Amino acid sequence: MPVTTIAGRDIHVDDEGFLTVYDEWDDDLAKRLAAQIGVDLTEAHWKAIRFLREDYPSQGETATLRRVSVIGGIPTKDLFTLFPKKPAKKMAYIAGLPKPHGCV
Amino acid sequence: MTTQTAPAIVPNFDDDTATGRKLAIICSKGNLDMAYPGLILANAALGEGVETHLFFTFWGFDMITKSRMHDLKFTMLGNTATHMPQGLGGLPGMTAMATHMMKKQIADIGVPEVPEFLEQIVASGGHLWACRMSADMMHLTEDDLYEEVEGIISAADFIEKTDGAQLLFI
Repeated sequence: MPVTTIAGRDIHVDDEGFLTVYDEWDDDLAKRLAAQIGVDLTEAHWKAIRFLREDYPSQGETATLRRVSVIGGIPTKDLFTLFPKKPAKKMAYIAGLPKPHGCV
Repeated sequence: MTTQTAPAIVPNFDDDTATGRKLAIICSKGNLDMAYPGLILANAALGEGVETHLFFTFWGFDMITKSRMHDLKFTMLGNTATHMPQGLGGLPGMTAMATHMMKKQIADIGVPEVPEFLEQIVASGGHLWACRMSADMMHLTEDDLYEEVEGIISAADFIEKTDGAQLLFI
């Protein structure tokens, strides 16, 4: 399992760069992760990120786009605007979670 | 002074890809079970940033026809994959029961019904097109179709719109 250095900290990631240790993440790190993929975090972004973080421990997997829109209450259209092209993966990356596995 | 020594491993989201990948899906079936593959693949492609167009033709027209899209059915008849005696499928009420069971199984895994799924696909940037010949055969106009259908177009128009796309016929 690779270890990468982000914001002066050693962070465990998978081969693609997604964080693998839930507790190594914090708000500061999220800002750095977002910057690395060209996302400028606004309050709307944070709402989605926080939903993903809060949802993960109980579900044991990263919420899919559908779950973020239906349970998290953020319209699908907005997610595509906030995290262009690949919203599910980008959100998961910034939230320090694995890629979602669900099909829908 | 920065302590960043090792290069950060950052996922490649292909944001800088100049020419986008395109997917064209032709939905030709009106059974509940055969409506889903196209919808699921379209949804997945859109989530990966792939420009996606769906063309509804022949029986697939039911998926976008207002009066029918809420009421697609699943039947055991002619479907050996249910591993049930084929005679059972012909009994009165069996198609309704099989449909009910399948809808429940689909809902249980958090997958929406067909109209809501189309809504999600459109919200994700997907394009819905209706087949001109099917509309003419069934005497249907845009008023009879789901509002988000962008137009009734000919097969040639669809081929033109999806120039360079990968194509799926379902």
